[in-house]
This record gives sequence, C-alpha cells and structure tokens, in this order.
Amino acid sequence: MSSLVPAWSLPAAAVDDISLAPPWPERPTREWVFGSSTGKGARVCILDSGVDGTHPLVEPLDSAVAVELGDDGEVAIVPDELGDVVGHGTACAGIVRALAPECSLHSVRVLGQGATGSGDLILAGLRHAVEQGFDVVNLSLSTTKKKFAETLHDLADGAYFRRCVLVAAAHNMPVESYPWRFSSVISVGSHEESDPFVWYANPDPPVEFFARGIDVDVAWSGGTTLRCTGNSFAAPHIAGLCALALAKHPELTAAQVKSLLYLTASNSKGA
Amino acid sequence: MDESGFRAAVAAGTLASEAQHRALLQSIVDVARAIFGAKASSIFLLDEDTEELVFEAVSGEGEGDLIGMRMPASAGVAGWVVMTKQPLAIDDLANDPRHARNVAEQTGYVPNAIMAVPLLYEERALGVLSVLDPPEGTTFGIAEMDVLALFAAQAAIALDLLQRARRAHALLTDEESAASAVARVAAALDGRDDDAGRRLLAALEDVLRKD
Repeated sequence: MSSLVPAWSLPAAAVDDISLAPPWPERPTREWVFGSSTGKGARVCILDSGVDGTHPLVEPLDSAVAVELGDDGEVAIVPDELGDVVGHGTACAGIVRALAPECSLHSVRVLGQGATGSGDLILAGLRHAVEQGFDVVNLSLSTTKKKFAETLHDLADGAYFRRCVLVAAAHNMPVESYPWRFSSVISVGSHEESDPFVWYANPDPPVEFFARGIDVDVAWSGGTTLRCTGNSFAAPHIAGLCALALAKHPELTAAQVKSLLYLTASNSKGA
Repeated sequence: MDESGFRAAVAAGTLASEAQHRALLQSIVDVARAIFGAKASSIFLLDEDTEELVFEAVSGEGEGDLIGMRMPASAGVAGWVVMTKQPLAIDDLANDPRHARNVAEQTGYVPNAIMAVPLLYEERALGVLSVLDPPEGTTFGIAEMDVLALFAAQAAIALDLLQRARRAHALLTDEESAASAVARVAAALDGRDDDAGRRLLAALEDVLRKD
C-alpha cells in the first residue's frame, strides 16, 4: 500500500507497516555492534586516486571505475584501466581492508587526472557511488570551491537517506572545505594512539570522531608499505568500522551507524 | 580583465616587486625549517596551465638550485597534498626505492621524512608548503602538522600576492595591452611640468563619462 501513499504522513492503519528492525540492546556494546563481523557483505567504495587491486594488503578489488573529463568538458564514468595513479587511494583501501578483511572493496577514481578542476569529478564520482548503493564511501579528500558545496551537500543528504554512509577526512586548517563539514557525513580527525580500534567521539563538532591517523603503516605502490600521518588515514579507520557494523546489521541507517559509533567510542561508557 | 581586476592587478604590481615577494616566501621557509629543526623546507606553486608544481622557495638542502624546477602536479607527496587538499606526513620515504630514485633524479636529495600541507587561499589551492627531515629520533606528529597548517595560511597569502604581482607585471609589460598603453601615457604625462597633461586626462575622463 505504501507505494500509492506519499511518505509525508502516517495514517493510523499504516502503523503496522513500518515496523522497525529488532530493538537495540539497552546499552549497545562493541561486541553487539560488530563482534565477529569480518565485513562480509558490506560494500565499501574508495573515492580517491584509484586503488591498486593487486596490492597484498588490499586485494581483492571488486570493481574500479574512473571519472574523467572529456575534451568536450563532459564528465564520463569509464572502466578504470590504470589502477592507482598516485598511491593515496591504495593507502586508504588497505586501512579498510585491515579492519574489515572480508568486505567488498570498490574504487571510484576522481583524483589524478589533474591537480585542478577536480570538483566536477568529485561530484560526479560521489553521485555515481551513491547510485551504486555502496554501504560506505570513504572520502579522504575535499574541495574548497563554494560553487560545489551546495550540490555536494544535496548529494550527502541524499546518501544519508539511502543508507549510504559517507566518511570524510576533516581539515585541520583554517579554511572552509567540503564535504566533511556537513552533518550528513561522518567527519574524522586524528588522535595520537596506535590502536586502530581506539576512536573518540568529539563533543565539539564539526569534527565528529577522532581515529588513528598518526604513523599508520599504509599500502604503498609496488606492494610495499609506508608510514603516513594525516586525517586522510583516520577516515578509512572509521569507514572500516562502519563496514563491520553494516555487515552485521545491514538494516542500520546512516544516522544509526553514527549513533552506534558514538555509543561505543573509547570515551563513551559503551566502549 | 574587468575594471576591478585591472585595478587590483595594477595596485598589487605597484605595491611590491617580485624580489620582495620572493624574500617573503624565503623568510617563511627559513622560519619553518628553523621551527621544526628540519633539513629543508620548500614552497611549491601550482601552475594551473601546465599542471605542474614549481619550486618557488627553498631553505636548506637544495637551496639555490631548485628554484624554478618543475614536476608533474599529480606526482609525489606534494602531488597527493595538492590533489586531496589534505595535510600529510610520511616517514620511511627513503625505504621506498622507487620514490628515492625519482626524487634523487629530480632534486639530488632523498628525504627520509616529509610533512606537507596545501596552500589554500580563498577557494583555490595555490601550492604546497613542505618540511623535510626533522632532527634524528623525532617524527612529524599532530602538533607539528597544526603549526605547519598555521604557517600555510601565511604562505598562501604570500603566494597569492606573488601571483597577482606577476599577472600585473605581465599585463604592464605586454606592449599590445591597453594597460601598457595607459602606463606609457601616464609615464609621459608624469614627466611634464605644465598642467596640459592633467587637462588632457580630465578631458578624456569627461568624454568617457558622457559615453
């Protein structure tokens, strides 16, 4: 019956039709949120510079596309033949893989074609990722262009209601950049500890969580690793945790995933 | 270029010279190197036309040799930073033989560690500020990144000034441009000791206003 009735109101007779998933425990614990989960069943997209799907810390990569700007100025989404043109996306993918070893990894390459004009590519790539219905999209990048902010905001809100969790690296610089500032994404900064399962909820947003981002051994070109520091590497830690939770509880909405991260953060009593 | 852009360009061009802007950038990398006790510090300018990063200021290793050197903007650690617009630090760089070889071929110096932040001004990514190799036994952490990010705000403004000055200079030295013609007229009038020039300008202004 629901298809004919707009979702803006709820007739009394329809209450039974919107039953929710089984209730959460009174105090959700990490064991309840993602205990025994390997990420199997969760689809994670790395929106970045591409991913080297042959890297032992990353493989397998289940799909890869590139967003490219044609000579006519039109954005096209094509199969990605190059892999990772820079190395950044592979680093992020390896972190997600380490936390959620059986998740399904996908790459949407939006960086690397050129250092400028990337805003259009990021928008097109994110739109594609949301349309593909990925459970989690990692965004260790941002744009400073205000003209992209509104569209990006709409895309982020659309993802939020489609159970597509966007995890974005926050900025530690005094500039306006997007999309990490939007409330419909999960924004992540770095803490100084080395445990990938330590994360903190920040009572003073816009940075909402702090995760491991200092001296992280990340996948690097040529099958090697490199020790890196930056919020770019904190975001995929939270993306990995989201994948674990969504693999175990596929019914969770983006809002619920964020709530559970809060309730089970290392500075919360649920941890 | 519209009138306000033209005015801004001329104003910036007359305020400071290329040499002064360079001195400002140099002082920023000198201080950055001193604060972190680093082996070197550099500022790269992003050349949007050629998609390259250009060394604009260098303190320490490579000082004097690298200015003007170019590299693809999609390559290396500086490339990561300018593309993702995210600050980044890396240790153990020298352990990656391919990276070491590439860097050595370009700059002659292979760093073990690098910390780099994007230079963002208004809505644009202008370039990258980097610091190489902290003292033995220390690494670049959160506190260092925050300090470098603060410095980046200053460096970005300096780089923006330099770019504006260069655009103004190019405009004024282009024989074909209207700005250059106006500059020639202004220079010629400036040398006269009667007020005929001033009357001429006033008449011209009057004509333009009536248009």
